[in-house]
Amino acid sequence: MINFDSVSKQYKNSNTPALDDINLNIEQGDFVFLVGQSGSGKSSLLRLLLKEEKPTSGTVTVDGINVAKLPNRKVPAFRRTMGIVFQDFRLLPGKTVFDNVAFGMEVIGKSKKEIQQRIPALLDLVGLEEKAHRLPSELSGGEQQRVALARAFVNKPKLLLADEPTGNLDPSTSVGIMKLLDRINRTGTTIVMATHDVAIVDQMRKRIVQMENGKIIRDQERGMYGHTGQ
Amino acid sequence: MRFSFVSKEVGNGLRRNFTMTVALIVSVAVSLSLVGAALLMSAQVDRMKGYWYDKIEVSIFLCGNTSVAFTCTGTVTEEQRKNIETVLGSLESVQEIFYESSADAYAQFKEQFAGSAILANISPDALPESFRVKLDNPENFEKVAGSLQSVQGVESIQDQRQLLDRFFQILKGLQSFALAIALAMLTVTVLLVMNTVRVAAFARRRETSIMRSVGASNMSIRLPFILEAAVAAIIGSTLATAGILASKYWLIDAKLAPNLTFIPFVTWTEVLAIVPMLYLVGVGTTVLAASVTLRRYLKG
Repeated sequence: MINFDSVSKQYKNSNTPALDDINLNIEQGDFVFLVGQSGSGKSSLLRLLLKEEKPTSGTVTVDGINVAKLPNRKVPAFRRTMGIVFQDFRLLPGKTVFDNVAFGMEVIGKSKKEIQQRIPALLDLVGLEEKAHRLPSELSGGEQQRVALARAFVNKPKLLLADEPTGNLDPSTSVGIMKLLDRINRTGTTIVMATHDVAIVDQMRKRIVQMENGKIIRDQERGMYGHTGQ
Repeated sequence: MRFSFVSKEVGNGLRRNFTMTVALIVSVAVSLSLVGAALLMSAQVDRMKGYWYDKIEVSIFLCGNTSVAFTCTGTVTEEQRKNIETVLGSLESVQEIFYESSADAYAQFKEQFAGSAILANISPDALPESFRVKLDNPENFEKVAGSLQSVQGVESIQDQRQLLDRFFQILKGLQSFALAIALAMLTVTVLLVMNTVRVAAFARRRETSIMRSVGASNMSIRLPFILEAAVAAIIGSTLATAGILASKYWLIDAKLAPNLTFIPFVTWTEVLAIVPMLYLVGVGTTVLAASVTLRRYLKG
């Protein structure tokens, strides 16, 4: 599903590389935690997957596509194959829960009928069927992130990228979000989640890729945050 | 990208940016009115030229007994008159030749100034006899004048076009003035569009970044902004068109034409031909300015 082949990324105004000779393979259906301190290269790695940046050397392949060689006009179609969740939710403040989720379908030209059919089921999945007509400002942080998750999943992406999705949430709320991510993962969606939430990583017992100074220092199945496995 | 979704976005955008939208509409309306006025004036000049150039003649005045020109030796002789007519007949650009004797000229003069005191002081002798020549193209006056200047018996050659051209020059001056202001206003409009679109893009950067991350195409991200500018431009163009049509109906047809019957005014066909140009210029410039701005401020 995802393959990094000796990928390095050097930003223009920096002396040290953000990513230093990364080799990583993620299979379809995997659930991978990307852990490490701020500045360790997690975000750069996600940005390369989205083609927001190009690697300085090496190749990034997503679902058989060489991301760096993807022409700009094909980037939108490429991004439709993945869902993205951010730490700050990124909901549209003027739109209701329903409309926020529908937005993900509207911008890619889905019909009103398809939207009306799909969204109630999706809101049911994230447990917000009662709040479809609320505005984001009327929701708790956890509920907002559920809306964001619903939007990310609305077009049934093969890959879901989550950048610190629990970063702004308290531990009990975070558990709910993780359960949701786990459910989405079980539908066959590959999930790559950057985080430094120790408790969550330890609880989930999923594959862990730990980064430090642009290098992968640990890649472990069913790992725990604090245990380096040495 | 469904129509109702786009139109909803456009409506929201225009409402949120209300003051800028109004400024844009007014600016488009004013600049296009001036463009329209300039085009109207140019159509008017063309129409008058067509009408009057068709009627103008070159007058070749022949020597009278008081003439002092070096080609004159007293009143023109029968032989000289014949010679002049032959020269005229040999010129390619001459289409028709009329001869007007002093008596004919006096008769016309009497008719024109009937009841005026001038009449008492003029005798038929004071009015020179002349050839009135119609040219295939008034521009050929110089050629005709050149070949007649030194012919014996010709006192002077007068080009009626010169009188008209002075008038046309004034109209042309007005037209260039209107065009210059129109250009300045169009520049203002372009800058206003760029600024409006930039502000709108900045206000909606969150929406556009979300749209991008869910895979909306560049076109569908930019389309609402471009359509907003286009809608404002269409409203502005419509106002300008209304102004042009109103000035034809209430100014030209109702006020000018009945009083200035000797001037042929622009017809409705000519006025209506300007309308599509106004829309083209208005919507074209606006959409172009918006697209260029978006390319800079909404990175793909």
